[in-house]
Amino acid sequence: MAQSALRSTGTSPATYTINNHHTSFDLKMSWQAISEGISEALRLILTIDRTVIEITFRSLTIASLATLLSTLIGLPLSLVITMKEFPGKNTLKFIFNSLVGIPTVTLGLFLYTLLSRSGPLGSMELLYTVRGIALGQAILILPITVSFIISAIESKDEELRDLTRTLGASELETSIAVLREAYSGVSLALVSSFNRAFAELGIATMLGANISGLTRVLTTAIALETSKGELGLSFALSFILLLVVLFLNYVIRLLQGGLDS
Amino acid sequence: MSGFKINRNALLIGAVLVFIIAGGIYWNSTKTQSKEHLIISTTTSLYETGVLDTIKPMFEIEHPEYNVSFISQGTGLAIETAKNGDADMILVHSPSQERGFLESGYGVNRKLFAYNFFIIVGPMSDPAGVKDMSPGDALQTFYAEGLAGNALWGSRGDNSGTHSKEKGLWRATGFDLDSIKAETVEGSNEPWYIEAGAGMTATLQLANEKEAYTLTDMATYLKNYKNGNIELVTIVGQGKETLNVYAAVLCDPEENQRGMYDGSLLFMEYILGEEIQEMLVDYGVEEFGSTLFKPWIPELETPDSEIVQWVEEYAYFDGTECPEEYRHLPGNLYD
Repeated sequence: MAQSALRSTGTSPATYTINNHHTSFDLKMSWQAISEGISEALRLILTIDRTVIEITFRSLTIASLATLLSTLIGLPLSLVITMKEFPGKNTLKFIFNSLVGIPTVTLGLFLYTLLSRSGPLGSMELLYTVRGIALGQAILILPITVSFIISAIESKDEELRDLTRTLGASELETSIAVLREAYSGVSLALVSSFNRAFAELGIATMLGANISGLTRVLTTAIALETSKGELGLSFALSFILLLVVLFLNYVIRLLQGGLDS
Repeated sequence: MSGFKINRNALLIGAVLVFIIAGGIYWNSTKTQSKEHLIISTTTSLYETGVLDTIKPMFEIEHPEYNVSFISQGTGLAIETAKNGDADMILVHSPSQERGFLESGYGVNRKLFAYNFFIIVGPMSDPAGVKDMSPGDALQTFYAEGLAGNALWGSRGDNSGTHSKEKGLWRATGFDLDSIKAETVEGSNEPWYIEAGAGMTATLQLANEKEAYTLTDMATYLKNYKNGNIELVTIVGQGKETLNVYAAVLCDPEENQRGMYDGSLLFMEYILGEEIQEMLVDYGVEEFGSTLFKPWIPELETPDSEIVQWVEEYAYFDGTECPEEYRHLPGNLYD
């Protein structure tokens, strides 16, 4: 079994250190860390590094749970908002649209005070757990899910003439939107939500605290290695994160079956 | 056709999600959850040396009923976490903040377990010309040369233990930091005192880019220097003023509802024990090319030594590491 690159125990310093046989300082600042990152990422993948796999799967689990939760709430909510007329409807849409931009640290801090043992929801024991982070991410991405789905439905809804008129869209615009078919917009909403949860740092830090073997995920591990000055390893983990995102998006693209054709 | 596609996509995406979640839950459930879960909030400079991840498996072999987790934060935040009841004990390095923790009623049974020295690093060219000065003289020179536009000082500015030490050093030189840091370089609006508001590595990189001086712990400096992230060199080395003392403080079981007091007491006794104290002696040589910590307990055998005098002066409260009123069922901790 390959020694873990992320387990910074004194017993495995050799595997922990990235090759850095540098002699001149001038050029390496900019490129050495990145090139180290690429080779280290390949090494971690090829040797099937246990810790990297563990934290990658933890990231995936959290993002999936969060997306599922956010979809279960967000999809019906979006349908209600688009299909029904009620007072405050536009205000509600405005709020969801605005919340898309909420700083994750702010939300993380707010949820921390709720979930902390001294907070009102402390007895649920969600702090420093995978479930807790997933709940936080779900709240974070709910506005993305809702806003994107609303926008997808509104952009294609040909039958609901009232809605079309409300939007003030021309017949040509409406036709193009209908041609695009709403499902691509809905799946974009879910994919964007997932990606946001997967690549998010603030909430994972505040609610998970980056505990090794328990709540450490890709983004918090990247932040830790950066903070330690292990920039090569940070880049390596970043590349792995990007690879996973690319792969997932590619698979979803395949599943959609020739969207562009 | 469109309707069919919606269903198919929804099903497929749902299936992928369910697969991943099921896998994750399976993988989570294969882990033993029956152990008592001890949570220790700790300062970043201590955690990032890897020493705690070395101690963790040793402790868990000795006490298999416990599972130890570390939360790595700045000293200020680590104390807040403990006060909120989200940790069982703290490992930090800021005597004044530790005293506040004890006085607030949340902390009990403080024990020192290791020490080392901060260093002041700066550009090789040493524009302020302070090489090998005492820290006090060096800071006076930084201030004068800073205002003259010849030198810059980089501060963590994040309420960490290192930041607290830096503020203490300025105070010891007789400066009122709040007022001198607002002063600007003569004839311009440029600051000479730069607050990073960031961790040690980020601050070192800032100092490196700006050719500034900064106070740093040895481990973070060595790691960044060895990895080629910075080319700053040691300007002022170890001495009485740059002493850095690590302490463990337990959470008062009457304030903290986590109910892990016994476990945290065991962990404290373990790091004070012979095994860990001996391990600290040469910890870091392989990875950092230098020792990082000096164990504190062995120093107590020579109570008249210089280092014990320094530590007592710097990190003792009223002549003791933990005044009587802040001790709670200490067992033989203070014998």
